[in-house]
Amino acid sequence: MKQAVIRKGPDFRKSWHKFSKNYLSAVGLGVVALVAVVAIFAPYIAPYPTHAGFFVDYPEAHESPNWLHIFGTDQFGRDVLTRIMFGFRYSLMMAVVVLSLVVPAGVVLGLVAGYYKGSKVEMVIMRAADIFLAVPPLVLALSICSVLTPSVFNAMMAVSLMWWPWYTRLVYSISSSLRNEAFVQAAEIAGASPFHMIFREILPNCLGPILTKMTLDAGWVILIGASLSFVGLGAQPPTPDLGTMVSDGASFLPEQWWISIFPALTIVLIILGFNLLGDGVRDMFAAESV
Amino acid sequence: MAEQLLDVKDLHVNFKVYEGLLRVLNGVYLSVGAKEKVGIIGESGCGKTTTMKTIMRILAANAIVASGTIAYKGIDVLNLGRQEQMRLHRTSMSMIFQDPTAALNPVFKIGEQLEDIVRYSEFTSKAPSKQEVRTKAVELLKNAALPEPERILDSYPFQLSGGMRQRVCIAMSLASAKDLLIADEPGTSLDVTIEDQIMRLLKQIVEERGLSVILISHSIGAVKGFVTKLYVMYAGTMVEEAPTEELFSNPVHPYTQNLLKAVPKLSGGGVPEGIAGRIPSYLTITDGCRFASRCRSAKERCHTDAPPAFDIGNGHRVACFLYGDT
Amino acid sequence: MSTFILKRLSYTVFVLFGLSILIFVIARVLPGDPARLALGPRAPDWAVENLRQQLHLNEPLYIQYFYWVRDAVSGRLGESLVTRRDVMTDVLEFLPATLELITLSAILVVVLAIPIGMLAGRRANSWFDNVVRVLSYVGVAVPAFVVAIIFLLVFGFMLNIAPSIGRLSPSIVAPPTVTGFLTIDSLISGNMPAFYDAIVHLILPGLALALGPIAQEARITRSSVVENLNKDYILSTVSHGVPERLLTLKYLMRPSLIPTVSVMGLDISSLIANAFLVELIYNWPGISRYGITAMLRKDLNAIVAVVMIAGIIFAIANIVVDLIVAYLDPRIRYVERAA
Repeated sequence: MKQAVIRKGPDFRKSWHKFSKNYLSAVGLGVVALVAVVAIFAPYIAPYPTHAGFFVDYPEAHESPNWLHIFGTDQFGRDVLTRIMFGFRYSLMMAVVVLSLVVPAGVVLGLVAGYYKGSKVEMVIMRAADIFLAVPPLVLALSICSVLTPSVFNAMMAVSLMWWPWYTRLVYSISSSLRNEAFVQAAEIAGASPFHMIFREILPNCLGPILTKMTLDAGWVILIGASLSFVGLGAQPPTPDLGTMVSDGASFLPEQWWISIFPALTIVLIILGFNLLGDGVRDMFAAESV
Repeated sequence: MAEQLLDVKDLHVNFKVYEGLLRVLNGVYLSVGAKEKVGIIGESGCGKTTTMKTIMRILAANAIVASGTIAYKGIDVLNLGRQEQMRLHRTSMSMIFQDPTAALNPVFKIGEQLEDIVRYSEFTSKAPSKQEVRTKAVELLKNAALPEPERILDSYPFQLSGGMRQRVCIAMSLASAKDLLIADEPGTSLDVTIEDQIMRLLKQIVEERGLSVILISHSIGAVKGFVTKLYVMYAGTMVEEAPTEELFSNPVHPYTQNLLKAVPKLSGGGVPEGIAGRIPSYLTITDGCRFASRCRSAKERCHTDAPPAFDIGNGHRVACFLYGDT
Repeated sequence: MSTFILKRLSYTVFVLFGLSILIFVIARVLPGDPARLALGPRAPDWAVENLRQQLHLNEPLYIQYFYWVRDAVSGRLGESLVTRRDVMTDVLEFLPATLELITLSAILVVVLAIPIGMLAGRRANSWFDNVVRVLSYVGVAVPAFVVAIIFLLVFGFMLNIAPSIGRLSPSIVAPPTVTGFLTIDSLISGNMPAFYDAIVHLILPGLALALGPIAQEARITRSSVVENLNKDYILSTVSHGVPERLLTLKYLMRPSLIPTVSVMGLDISSLIANAFLVELIYNWPGISRYGITAMLRKDLNAIVAVVMIAGIIFAIANIVVDLIVAYLDPRIRYVERAA
């Protein structure tokens, strides 16, 4: 059975060309790649790998940025730069884990809800999504984390639990509007199974927005993770999480500003990187229009 | 020749885009006399609307008028100050856009939009009272053959049918068109029967008020019964100009000939022929005749030099090297 | 129009009920005995068992939920483990501070973002527009707590302009409480020094909260204006000679504001959420800081109450935003009516 005509997926070579011509997206990609590389190879490239965990060296404590410690040291004498590099690991891990859970679940739910629009299934799914979205995401995550033992793992679970509805809503709106398009109904008449309809006809048309959102979301997930740790409900000391570092260092403002400010700036950098990259991804898929 | 109401000479307009420069208008010329009705026909994308927008000075921000002159009542329109321009817009020239749905602000009632236009167009000397403005608005709607004008003033654009919206746009133009009315494909987005009504309405209005008209159209039929002089445009160039009868009986430019042959006729046989090829891209366009790549009679020279408009008598001009040499 | 409001209200109530169930279930997930936690490790077992009976803790979950709802609706939200007072009392004491902060931030967003966005859009590609575009792009990426800390550092410590702790300086006499909003209360009682002092204390946290949304809304307004400037209906209005000021402030603004206001709901959500962090940083005695303390100490009754309040505020804000959008865009009102 022939596949009905759908809007073609991106022509990758052309898209890459467009993407790389826009230098801002390339910058975004560069930043993200840098963060990823640093995160993966942190134990090998960080100047003081032992400082990542529990480590104390009081004579070296509170050193302002200098050649030995480019970002200075914190109150325990640990090198801030090293801890930031290790912190990238937790940030990226958060993004990867959360998105791997949330995207498949949310997308499938959205596809099903959109395809079976008007049925009980759709109602249940979308009402559930509405309930999870009734409260600002951070608040829900905070409360979930608070009833569990604070840890990186639990933080990831909490964020996943409140992130899925965004994808469901996104995909639902595309899926339900495509439901009545001619090409979908044509396939239906030809005897296609719902499985085929959902995954071979409708899903490809959602790819653009999904991928764009995923890229942008990576930054926001990292931000929420940092916010959770900032408050103390995510990673626990001595884990070198960016959020924990900002909050730990806050008590040393303004004299030893570097303990707090450098991690804070790297958070901004990561988010900016993902935002730039996400815009590039969006443009890549918008390449359809002349 | 009496002084023309509108005289456009050698207009070159470009658009700056991400990929480079779109050289759209290439030496466009146009003249409209008092009470004269002029038509422009051509394919989509050939620059008709751009020319009109240049005359009305409502081009997009990335447009550059590279060269040329536009004289309206003897005034140099291109170098006019903002205040002067506004005065012209309010009291003299006016444009009806192609798509009436897009031309009306969707979040305001018709009454508000129309009354604001009336307030600034009709009452230039003293500040009018609300009642005066409303009365005038109702009158304009009636002139545009709209029933129940009061109800329409209180409605939003999406509550009206396509034909009614077009009439509302016409009514708006009536407020400020004392001399020149530009109608950009007034019937294109409507049903054929409605289009016919609209054209008749326009004709009546134009006759009653003695307006000059520039009518842009796809539809050769609509143009034939309406205008006395026709321009044919292709890819940003005026390729032929002639009085209506003359153009239909004796089209000389290869493009015009093909264009007229492409119209299906109710009588006389044969399937209409299309024209092979497409409008060239304005980004990569060359200096020669812009029709050369699709022209069966194209010569060597046509690809390198742009032909000027040659006068072949009878008010008939054509931009083609078949009819002249410089 | 009233059916529209009614539908929204009933839907909101439904969602809030769902939320209450959700948070209730989450709260009861915690292993450990709430009664034991309340009485402490040294209380005798029989006392703990008594409390368990009292709190219906031995009954099935849905019965517990029923009791909880019944109590909540009559204002009995339980006792806070931390403050040892009725949660309701705590809420009444701390909520106004947060509301005042969020309201100020929201006002800042509207008053700053919209004019900036419109100006940038009108003068697209000018130096002003470019600056706005860059700043707002970066502004969206900076988390509120980072802004709060940087503000604290720069304005609080380095430049010593704005005070950094609390709602009023110690030397100022607080006005009698009417609304709980220090600004309004001091105006009501004519206490001008308190008014100025309150405003000055509000500025740093308010701005820190508002900066992200300001950047976001400015971006959206700007791109909306740029897009609309080329729309036929604006060109048409220009071609009819309508004066520029009227064009911009009326005919351009209303359609351009629609996307902006539509996003306001999300931005208010982020205001509420970020308040949790900002209040912590500035030691602002609001419900969010109370909530964070409750969360860190596993004060279940307080946590549940705070989450529900956040949900209610958010829901009200969304309804208001929807009403404003419906006012701006008549198409929405009429489609509802037809449906």
